[in-house]
Amino acid sequence: MLNEKELIRVKAFAAQIRLETLKELAHLGFGHVGGAMSIVETLAVLYDAQMKYDPKDPRWDRRDWYIQSKGHAGPATYAALALKGFFPMSWLNTLNQGGTRLPSHCDRNLTPGIDMTTGSLGQGVSVALGVAAAFKMDGKDNRVYLMVGDGELNEGQVWEGAMFASAKKIDNLIWFVDWNKQQLDGNTKDVCDMGDLKAKFEAFGFNVQVINGHCVKAIDDAIDAAKAVTDKPSVIILETIKGYGCSAAEGVVPNHHIAFKAGQLDGDIARWQSEYDALMAQL
Amino acid sequence: MSAIVKTEFEKAPVEMRNILCAALVEQSKTNPAIVAMDADTLGSSGFKPFRKAFPDRYINCGIQEANMIGVAAGMSAVGKIPFVHSFGPFVSRRVYDQVFLSCAYSKLNVKIIGSDPGVTAAYNGGTHMPFEDMGILRVCPTITLVEPSDPVQLENILPQIIDTYGTVYIRLMRKNPFSVYEQGSTFEIGKAALLRPGKDVTIIASGILVAEALKAAATLANEGIDARVFDSFTWKPIDAAAIAAAASETGAIVTCENHNIIGGLGGAVCEVVCSTNPCPVERVGIPDIFGEVGTEPWLRERFKLTAAEIVEKTRKAVSRK
Repeated sequence: MLNEKELIRVKAFAAQIRLETLKELAHLGFGHVGGAMSIVETLAVLYDAQMKYDPKDPRWDRRDWYIQSKGHAGPATYAALALKGFFPMSWLNTLNQGGTRLPSHCDRNLTPGIDMTTGSLGQGVSVALGVAAAFKMDGKDNRVYLMVGDGELNEGQVWEGAMFASAKKIDNLIWFVDWNKQQLDGNTKDVCDMGDLKAKFEAFGFNVQVINGHCVKAIDDAIDAAKAVTDKPSVIILETIKGYGCSAAEGVVPNHHIAFKAGQLDGDIARWQSEYDALMAQL
Repeated sequence: MSAIVKTEFEKAPVEMRNILCAALVEQSKTNPAIVAMDADTLGSSGFKPFRKAFPDRYINCGIQEANMIGVAAGMSAVGKIPFVHSFGPFVSRRVYDQVFLSCAYSKLNVKIIGSDPGVTAAYNGGTHMPFEDMGILRVCPTITLVEPSDPVQLENILPQIIDTYGTVYIRLMRKNPFSVYEQGSTFEIGKAALLRPGKDVTIIASGILVAEALKAAATLANEGIDARVFDSFTWKPIDAAAIAAAASETGAIVTCENHNIIGGLGGAVCEVVCSTNPCPVERVGIPDIFGEVGTEPWLRERFKLTAAEIVEKTRKAVSRK
């Protein structure tokens, strides 16, 4: 559990991730803004409070793993990794350019700190299960964190994985579902309504928590609670807003991947800079 | 590499799956990284002795091939060497994207066993009869594709498969093949095994067609056609040097595969021949049609996977020189 000061620090880190993600996308002029902005607070809690890792040794064998099955949210993860020192901040301006180390979708062989290659939805679930199963097999205490999109839940492979996780008692892997209620073509309920998510995961044998995915305290507490659950898998369903903190994207349907006019993100960038400054002033 | 061919081909006394499992158990005694998985196919894979010897290193995933391939990829990312099994169609065409992205593109280390190739699926029929598995997988960069033709060869190449970092697909006859090689034969992944020297034409065969190719070569010798014979058990990387030399030195090639002639061994050989030393190539195999149900001997005749057909196609290739 984080104390007041730590919570402010994590919130400041979230503001910083949001700020740097917006700068990346503004520099590029387009990108997967929606699903990047909705996972920022979770990234902040993981990389500033919960995970064991060493930026100087990205493949440290005692680290915890973060596998982002929704590979298109790379820009937010790259901002978090750069801010934590996995690679120079200057790389953020190379997003999606030829020869970059930061491709649109996560690549374990290109980017220091990216633990798994993802981009074909559903596949990150299975590889995360494999990593976690191998740690259990070897009696190791490394943890694995998995981020799945809500639209991604359309993929059958996710539910193969859910069945496997429960049957094989994979309890060292914590799933997050970024429940931002939109996917590429619009609202998830309009494209292929997934019904009662909580009931679905419960029926698959999961320990389920549904929380505010933009509240760092709620996320941190939920991770602590999930860690205490053994012999069954845990999922934390994050109620989020797709494009949160980007006025050009928030509330827009669809907002999965959008282009920006020059200067369009300047106001948001200024807002998150001042949010960050205000939080830092409290520390 | 030194292949010693038997003088007569009889059914091997031990099933290929039992050879594979015994070799895997042996290797696993000194290699703790090896794990094995099935997709509800333990009764078919032959992995029961592995599960008995290493119960903590075996997972039956249930009927979920896509997840199994991904789980294997994830395990290999933390140092395991997973061997996963299901029937050929279900660990090739059904999971191509998982093999492509989670395994090969991610540069991970997964060994995939696809059993019952082509007509050896017999009573399971057209739905289960992979004439396309190698063709589908051949267009995945970096993958290694092998089709061991007999127990001696399988046992000999297994340690190489374990040591070859990367995604490997093993097209495995499960049951008793015709035994082709004497004990002591050795093979090298990526190199076609020369089984018979010859100067008039080259027959390049794989799997159940190797024994047929050798029988055909003996018949052709009586007609004065001196055929060179290779067992091209590695389909990828294909042995381009041996093929280019054969094209140049013998001037005609016949390929023999228990697979669609499009995209498979015949296709791979044609690609090499066209870009090195163009010469006539005839292909024995499945002429782009679906499989059917039946006994293996009936299906071999039905799809002309026979020594007689190889003789016929070889005569034609020689006539086109």
